[in-house]
Amino acid sequence: MKSNNAAPGYSLFHPRWYRPRVSTYWWLHQWSYLKFVLRELSSIFVALFVVITLLQLRALSHGPQAYADFQKWMKSPAVIALNAVSFVFVLFHVVTWFHLAPRAMAVRFAGKRVPELLIVGANYAAWVAISVVVAWFLRGG
Amino acid sequence: MAETIKLEVARYSPERDAAPRFETFQVPLRKEWVVLDALNYIKDRLDGSLTFRWSCRMGICGSCGMMVNGEPKLTCATFLADYAPAPVRVEPLRYFPIVRDLVIEMTDFLRKLRAMKPWIIRKEEKSLPEGEYLQTPQQLDSYKQYSMCINCMLCYAACPVYGLDPLFSGPAAIALAQRYNLDSRDEGANERFPILSQHEGIWACTFVGECTEVCPKHVDPAGAIQRYKLTAAKEWFKSLLLPWGVR
Repeated sequence: MKSNNAAPGYSLFHPRWYRPRVSTYWWLHQWSYLKFVLRELSSIFVALFVVITLLQLRALSHGPQAYADFQKWMKSPAVIALNAVSFVFVLFHVVTWFHLAPRAMAVRFAGKRVPELLIVGANYAAWVAISVVVAWFLRGG
Repeated sequence: MAETIKLEVARYSPERDAAPRFETFQVPLRKEWVVLDALNYIKDRLDGSLTFRWSCRMGICGSCGMMVNGEPKLTCATFLADYAPAPVRVEPLRYFPIVRDLVIEMTDFLRKLRAMKPWIIRKEEKSLPEGEYLQTPQQLDSYKQYSMCINCMLCYAACPVYGLDPLFSGPAAIALAQRYNLDSRDEGANERFPILSQHEGIWACTFVGECTEVCPKHVDPAGAIQRYKLTAAKEWFKSLLLPWGVR
């Protein structure tokens, strides 16, 4: 802690308060803060996946040669490494947001608040269901 | 000699110190003793100049909030035995200016709380012969959780947004605004809307969620803020789509 006004200037009617400064590294002091910062950071990787999907669509519209080039680029070690890191962050994003969902949603049913676990569970169920549909498409229907 | 525990207490004297320092005290470790008991032991037996706020000793008054080993806690509900044998570090609530030792300056919070108009607002008061404002248990249930707030400010000490942006209204003030917004007897939601929906109101919150974790009364201020973000977004859509008269 550092003081902004180090010189003692106390007077009877205006006591000299000490104003602590927030450290630049406040987010390293507590696991929950670090988790929050990582969660915020994960949105960059979510955006990255969106960009990759858009690039894929663009390659698709430019014909077979462009798509083959895109696939080759995707297979390069650097891109695979980046995608692996992105995947971990996207998973982190999903799990942390699913667990926060009941905080924002106060769903009431038959006069009672729906239990938090049910809301989290419904999110996971929807995730699994959509993933199954996507997998079905990928396997060629 | 009976078992003891070390208490590292933050001291700050505006007359003498340029910055807070720590002073270590050895206090008896008793099974039923909370941190506040240890502080009172120090004040009674070891150093009468130690300054701290407390009142009820039972988690109702909200006066004795301090940082215990870096976490915002009500010292009347934090048992020494849970920390033994390691020393216990007691500091004033984080992010507030320090007046002396463990006493913080709370005018900022009180000003923000008042700005939320935390009272029942009626367009027209019922006259006495008309009787009281009735409420069903369900209507009570929709805001009761938020009414449990004891203004202890632990949520402010847990909120890095408040630390970094002192203009932020903060968790408790917003939760208490919601306490009245969701009350079926209240008609003041429109008056609170401009204060809540400004940037320093709900939108400064980045949903760290620690306010809810540290709340000793399970108020869930983070939930209150996220729910109001939904309300404010709906209001904004309405103002975009509907003509003036219908709103």
